[in-house]
Amino acid sequence: MKKETLSILGHELVSEHILMDESEVKELLDKYKIRKVQLPKIKVSDPAINGMGAEVGDVVKITRQSRTAGKALSFRLVME
Amino acid sequence: MRLKRIKGIKFGLLSPKEIRKMSASKIITPDTYGEDGFPIELGLVNQRIGVIDPGLRCKTCGGRMGECPGHFGHIELAAPIIHVGYAKMIYRILAATCRRCGKVLLGEEARAKFLDGIEQQKEKQADVGDVVKLVFKEAAKNDVCPFCDEIQKRIKYDKPTGYIEIDKEDKERRLMPTDVRERLEKIPDDDIPLFGMDPKNARPEWMIITVLPVPPVTARPSITLESGQRSEDDLTHKLVDIIRINQRFMENRDAGAPQLIIEDLWELLQYHVSTYFNNEIPSIPPARHRSGRPLKTMTQRLKGKEGRFRGSLSGKRVNFSARTVISPDPEIEIDEVGVPKDIAKELTINVNVIERNLEAIRETLKRGSEHPGANYVRRSDDKKVKVTETNHELLAEELGVGWKVERHLQDGDIVLFNRQPSLHRLSIMAHYVRVMPGRTFRLNPTVCPPYNADYDGDEMNMHVLQTEEARAEAKILMAVKRNIMSPRFGRPIIGGIHDYITGLFILTWGEKRFEKEKAQDMLHKINIHDLGEPAGSFESSSGIQVPYWTGKQLFGRILPKQMDLQFRGVVCEKCIERGEKCKKENCPREAYVVIKGGDLVCGVIDEMAIGSFKGKIIEHIFRLYGEDEAKKFITDSARLAINCIKQSGFSFGISDEDIPKEGKAQIREEAVYAAEHKVEELIRAYDAEELEALPGRSLEETLELLIMQELGRARDDAGDIAERYLGIENAAVLMAKSGARGSMLNLTQMAACVGQQSVRGERINRGYQGRTLPHFKSGDRRAEAHGFVRASFKDGLTATEYFLHAVGGREALVDTAVRTSQSGYFQRRLINALQDLEVKNDGTVRETRGTVVQFKYGDDGVDPSKSECGKVVDIDEIISDIVEVDVGA
Ligand SMILES: [Mg+2]
Ligand SMILES: [Zn+2]
Ligand SMILES: [Zn+2]
Ligand SMILES: [Zn+2]
Repeated sequence: MKKETLSILGHELVSEHILMDESEVKELLDKYKIRKVQLPKIKVSDPAINGMGAEVGDVVKITRQSRTAGKALSFRLVME
Repeated sequence: MRLKRIKGIKFGLLSPKEIRKMSASKIITPDTYGEDGFPIELGLVNQRIGVIDPGLRCKTCGGRMGECPGHFGHIELAAPIIHVGYAKMIYRILAATCRRCGKVLLGEEARAKFLDGIEQQKEKQADVGDVVKLVFKEAAKNDVCPFCDEIQKRIKYDKPTGYIEIDKEDKERRLMPTDVRERLEKIPDDDIPLFGMDPKNARPEWMIITVLPVPPVTARPSITLESGQRSEDDLTHKLVDIIRINQRFMENRDAGAPQLIIEDLWELLQYHVSTYFNNEIPSIPPARHRSGRPLKTMTQRLKGKEGRFRGSLSGKRVNFSARTVISPDPEIEIDEVGVPKDIAKELTINVNVIERNLEAIRETLKRGSEHPGANYVRRSDDKKVKVTETNHELLAEELGVGWKVERHLQDGDIVLFNRQPSLHRLSIMAHYVRVMPGRTFRLNPTVCPPYNADYDGDEMNMHVLQTEEARAEAKILMAVKRNIMSPRFGRPIIGGIHDYITGLFILTWGEKRFEKEKAQDMLHKINIHDLGEPAGSFESSSGIQVPYWTGKQLFGRILPKQMDLQFRGVVCEKCIERGEKCKKENCPREAYVVIKGGDLVCGVIDEMAIGSFKGKIIEHIFRLYGEDEAKKFITDSARLAINCIKQSGFSFGISDEDIPKEGKAQIREEAVYAAEHKVEELIRAYDAEELEALPGRSLEETLELLIMQELGRARDDAGDIAERYLGIENAAVLMAKSGARGSMLNLTQMAACVGQQSVRGERINRGYQGRTLPHFKSGDRRAEAHGFVRASFKDGLTATEYFLHAVGGREALVDTAVRTSQSGYFQRRLINALQDLEVKNDGTVRETRGTVVQFKYGDDGVDPSKSECGKVVDIDEIISDIVEVDVGA
C-alpha cells in the first residue's frame, strides 16, 4: 500500500525548486568555475526534492524570497 | 623539511619497559652537585639528563645549554607503589575481576554484549565511558566467579591509596601494592577492552609504579640565589625525598628488618610518590618546604588559572604591547592616541639605517634614553648593544648604514589600539601615536562608540607594529578614518556623543547671536578665521552698530563649501507617521534641516545630524567628500560644540525636575487620580459581572489588560503634563530631545510619576496568598496594591511603592545579566562557525574548500558599510538632488 503524502511544494513558505537539465548545470558550473561537489547540498530525502523525481547527482535551482534582494537564486546538489 | 599529517593521537600508560627504554640515566643518589661544583654522576642533576649550567655539554646528545632539550631518567623503586591518579580506577578493576583467575566477573553473554557495545561506540567515534561504567557496575555485583567458581571477597577502597579485602566473616586484610599488582597482571588481554582500555597501550598493572620516570633537569631547573647558593626546584626536592626513602627501604629489607618497619617505610614511600604527583590530595597532609610553604608538584604545575594550560599555553602575553587606563582628550585628532611617555620609552620600533635616515637617527641616538631616543642598536657586525648614559654619544658617532636601531615610539608612529571584548572588527583600529605626559592613554571621545568605551576606569591595549608590511596594512585597512562607516548598518559609528550633541544643539537652536569676539573665540581653534558676512547688527548701549553672527551661520563654517543636504532631525515629532504634513522649513521645532551651498539654512543640529549611529551630515560628507573630509568634520564639529558649550556652561541637577505647584496638582488630578478612579470603575464592573471579555481572553485577563492599559496611559499623561511645564531650556529636556543623553521617560519618572511596575509583562501578583504585601487586603485589585507607583523619584516613594518597585527592578536586573551572557555566547558560536567564510572576487561566499555558501554575498552583493543604510542607493536623496524636490514630500 502506498503511503499518502502531503506535498509541501507550492506552499508560500517553501521556495520554488526546479530540476536543472544537463546543459544548464554545465553552464552554471562554468560560470562559477566550480566542480559539482562544490555546490551547496540538499538531501534526496528532503521533502522539497523527493516529490519532484530528482535523483542523487542532480542539481536543483531554488528561487528564494530575500529581504535584501527581493528574489535570490541558489543551486543545490542532490545527495544521498 | 617534509610535511607530515597528524592522523590521530593515542593515549596510554607508560610501561616499566618503556620508562627504562626512554631513560638516559638511572638515578640512585639523592645529591645534586658535588664538592667540585659539578653535577654528580647518577644524581638528580645528572649531566646525562640535560644541562642547565652554561659551558657544560650534555653527555647524551652533546648539546650545550639551550640546545639540549633534556632527557628523562628513571628511579628503580624498591617496592611497587600505587599511582594516586589511578587509585580509583584500580579499585574499580579490583572489584570487577576475579581474585583467583583475574577474569572480569561477567557471564559469557553479558561479556559479549558489553564488548559489542564498546565496539559500536568506537565505530561512531563516541564516548565509551557510559558502557564502561555499566561493566564495572554489573561485574562488581557478582560474588562468585563464573569461570573458576571462586567466592569473591568485598573490596573496600581506603582513600587515597589503600585497598582492604573483607570476607564473609567481616575479617579485613590490607592488600599491599604487590598483591594488587599481582591481581592486575592476571587479567587476560581479552578482558581489558571491557574497561575501555587497549592492552597494547595500557595494561592495568602499569597503573602500579615500579619504575619512576625522572623528568629532565631542564623541566626543573635550579636557580642561583644572590648569595651564590643554589635553590632547587620543588620537583627536585620531592625526588630527593623519594630516593632517600627508597634507599632506606632497600637497606632495611636487605638487613632483614621486622615487617612492621618495612611496612612503615613502604607507606612513607607511597606518601612521597603520591605527593610528588599531587600535593593537594584530600585526607593526606601536603608535603612542605623547610619554610612551611607547600611544595608545587606535578598536578599543581598544570592546574588552575596560573597552571600550564590556562596560564602558559592559552594565556601567553604578547610583546610590544601596553595596557593602561584611558581618559578623554577632545584636543587630539580622532585617529590619534595619547601615549604616556613612560610607555613610549619602553616600546620600540626597529629601523634600518640607510643613507637617507642616517642623520635623523644619529640625532635620535644622541639623545640616548631621553625620550625620542633609542634603547638598543645592532651594529653592522650583528652585535647588539644597549644604549646607555655612557655610550650613546659614542654610538651616535659610530652609527653607519646597515645598522639597526630600536628607537622609542614617537609622534606619528602607527599602532593598533584595542578594547576587550573584541566583538567586531572596529574593536581594534589603527591610531597614530601622540606622546604625552601622564600615565593614561588619551582617546578622542568621538571614537568611544566603536570600542564601546567610557572613562569610568576602562583599560585599553596598544600594540606596536613591527614590520613595514604590518604598518602598511594597518594604515590602509584599519585606520580610524577608514572605519567611520559601520560595516554592520552602513551609518557612521564614529561621531558626536553627549555634550557634543548638546553643544551644537545649543549653538544652532533658535537664532542665537554672537558678537565678533565670541564668534572668533569659537572658530579660531578650528583654524577658521573667515567668519563670513555678519547676519546683521544691533545697537549697543553706547549707540554703535555692532555686527553679529548667528549660531547656524557659525556651524555652516565647518561644512564643506557647496554642500547640499536635507533631512529631519530626531526632534521631529513624527509628523508624517501621524498622518500630518511635515511643516518643513516652518517646523516649530526646527526639526527640518536644510543645508544649501554649505550653509545651514534652517533646522537645528541634533543627534540625527552629527551623532554616532545616526549622523546624516557625517555620512553625507563621507560619501561625497571622502574620509579625510569626514574626519575633519567630526573633529571640527566636536571642537565647535565644546567651544560653544563652554561659553554658556551646561549642568543638570535636582532642581531640573522641579514642577510648579499647579503642575503637580494637574498631574495628580488629571493623570494619576483619574486613572486610579477608572481602574476602580473597572474592578467594580468586573465584580458586578458587567465586564465583557475580550476575544480569546478570560474575564480576569481582560480586566488585567484593561487596567494595565489604563495605568500605562496614566504615566504617559503625567509625562505629557510635566513636559508642558518643562521647556527646552530645561537641561534634561534639552538632552533628551536632542538625543544627547537620557529620554523623556527618564525625566517623566523623575519629575512626574514612576508608573506601573511589572514582572513578566504583568502587574505584580506575587507575594502572599491573594496579596502582594501585608499592607493590603487579600483580593485587593486596586492599582496601588499591584505595583503602580504614583510618586515620582524626586518626591520619593512610599514604603509599599518602594518594595514593589524593587520587585520589578530585580527582574530587569536579572534579565539584562542573563541576556548579555546568552547573546554573547551565541555570538561567539556564530563567529566560530562563520570565521572561515570569504567573499571571493566573483561575488560568491565560499568556505575553505571552495564550496559555495552563497551565490551572491547577502543575496544582493552589497557591502553594508558602502551602502546607504543597507540599500544600494537612497532613491529619495538622488531625486531630491536632481529635481530639487524635498525629501518625502
Ligand atoms: Mg566603563
Ligand atoms: Zn642532551
Ligand atoms: Zn575466576
Ligand atoms: Zn516634523
